[in-house]
Amino acid sequence: MESPVSTTTEQRRVPWPLAFYRSAVGKKWVMALTGIGIIFFVLAHMVGNWKIFLPDVAGVPDIDIYAEALRELLVPFLPAHVALWILRTGLIVAFLLHIHAAYALTLMNSRARPEPYQGPRTYVAANYASRTMRWSGVIFAAFLLFHLADLTWGIQPMAPETWARGEVYANFIATFSRAPVTAFYVIAMVVLGLHLYHGAWSMFQSLGINHPRFNAVRRSFAIGLAVLVTVGNAIMPLAVYFGFVE
Amino acid sequence: MNVTLQIWRQEGPDVPGSFKTYEVAGISEEMSFLEVLDVLNERLVTQGEEPVAFDHDCREGICGSCGVMIDGQAHGPQLGTATCQLHMRKFESGSTITVEPWRAAGFPLVKDLVVDRSSFDRIIEAGGYITVDTGSAPDANLTPVPKPAADIAFDAAACIGCGACVAACPNSAANLFTAAKISHLNLLPQGQAERWARTENMVEVMEEYFGSCTNHGECEKACPKSISIDFIAIMNADYLKAKVKNRRLVAQ
Repeated sequence: MESPVSTTTEQRRVPWPLAFYRSAVGKKWVMALTGIGIIFFVLAHMVGNWKIFLPDVAGVPDIDIYAEALRELLVPFLPAHVALWILRTGLIVAFLLHIHAAYALTLMNSRARPEPYQGPRTYVAANYASRTMRWSGVIFAAFLLFHLADLTWGIQPMAPETWARGEVYANFIATFSRAPVTAFYVIAMVVLGLHLYHGAWSMFQSLGINHPRFNAVRRSFAIGLAVLVTVGNAIMPLAVYFGFVE
Repeated sequence: MNVTLQIWRQEGPDVPGSFKTYEVAGISEEMSFLEVLDVLNERLVTQGEEPVAFDHDCREGICGSCGVMIDGQAHGPQLGTATCQLHMRKFESGSTITVEPWRAAGFPLVKDLVVDRSSFDRIIEAGGYITVDTGSAPDANLTPVPKPAADIAFDAAACIGCGACVAACPNSAANLFTAAKISHLNLLPQGQAERWARTENMVEVMEEYFGSCTNHGECEKACPKSISIDFIAIMNADYLKAKVKNRRLVAQ
């Protein structure tokens, strides 16, 4: 009989982090860690954007000053744009790993049940959010591309006609004066909230963070984070659309 | 009481199967679900028809042989019990009950409701044991085991290997089974010597047959022993440690 150890000796020829990533348990670790990285970005992005609610500083919108300051992060220790690009690179790598792990695990899972149940299924524990993670992920990725084209790259027709680089506040007002765009942003934030409702709980399991004293707050944390991110982000397009911010 | 059973009938792995409907009348609500299948089979045999093939052995919830999807739930609607412990009083007279085999690539269908669960044996072979010298039994209480560790290890050891976790999992993942088997030994002093090799090998053999965990928690609800998904978290933590620690052991 073939020794069951053979599978691991085979895998030990590659460096252990790579061997770890090859396993499904390792991919879940990577999904959780990259997810945490993305959550930190989402929170920083949200708090930074709340500057649209602040009054102008010397005639310049506060958010325009903030956007310019991001490009000059850590200047003069680093040249302009360098720190920002280091952060952006980390974010892009996190997104790519998160998506690749999800893609590979989805393939693995569809192979694991080639013939689905023919009768109806009754789920007891799985909820709407957990069962639609793949969909909420894909929908959010599509939104992300739209959002970048709209407010970062200024590509027509996603971006408003008056889009101009650096005019963050003006672009903000222009884009959310369009009803379909505002609706899409708000829907995308609800989708992100659903993704976080399961993801921000699930990551504790994937990382093996499990303690009787701590377990009860894991779900509350996920609900709190999902509500904070959804509401905290959705109020911005809504505030512009309904004229609270002009 | 009378029930209508919609049972998956399939001659063998390579022939297509389908649901067949059977009316079963005059059954008692004290009967277990398996006994209803017995009543049906007795009738089918006297009618000269092929009886429904299903796995069963102890019929008291400890062997892990029985197990079918009943109305889309592994082991049926009652939580924390195996199919043999599910009684007809849980159903309404006149209801239609759908019965289907476990479906997973790791559990190839043999016939009707019977699947081949030997992939679980492959996982156990990869490390679900403690290597000891045989000989006379050691003195009782020779190895002190902390009470909490003994209790939690016992919760994990309650796994009867029925496969309901895989059947209930939307991804056909066997993480609850494997985590229970790993934790049961990894939490005890006797399991420490082989802890890291066990974790790495069992997880990797598991992944050859089954899907990956997405933390739905369906397995925990389907488990006739109500084994907690906390064990999956323990396994995930141990797997990373194993990857780091195993490479330090030059002799391995």
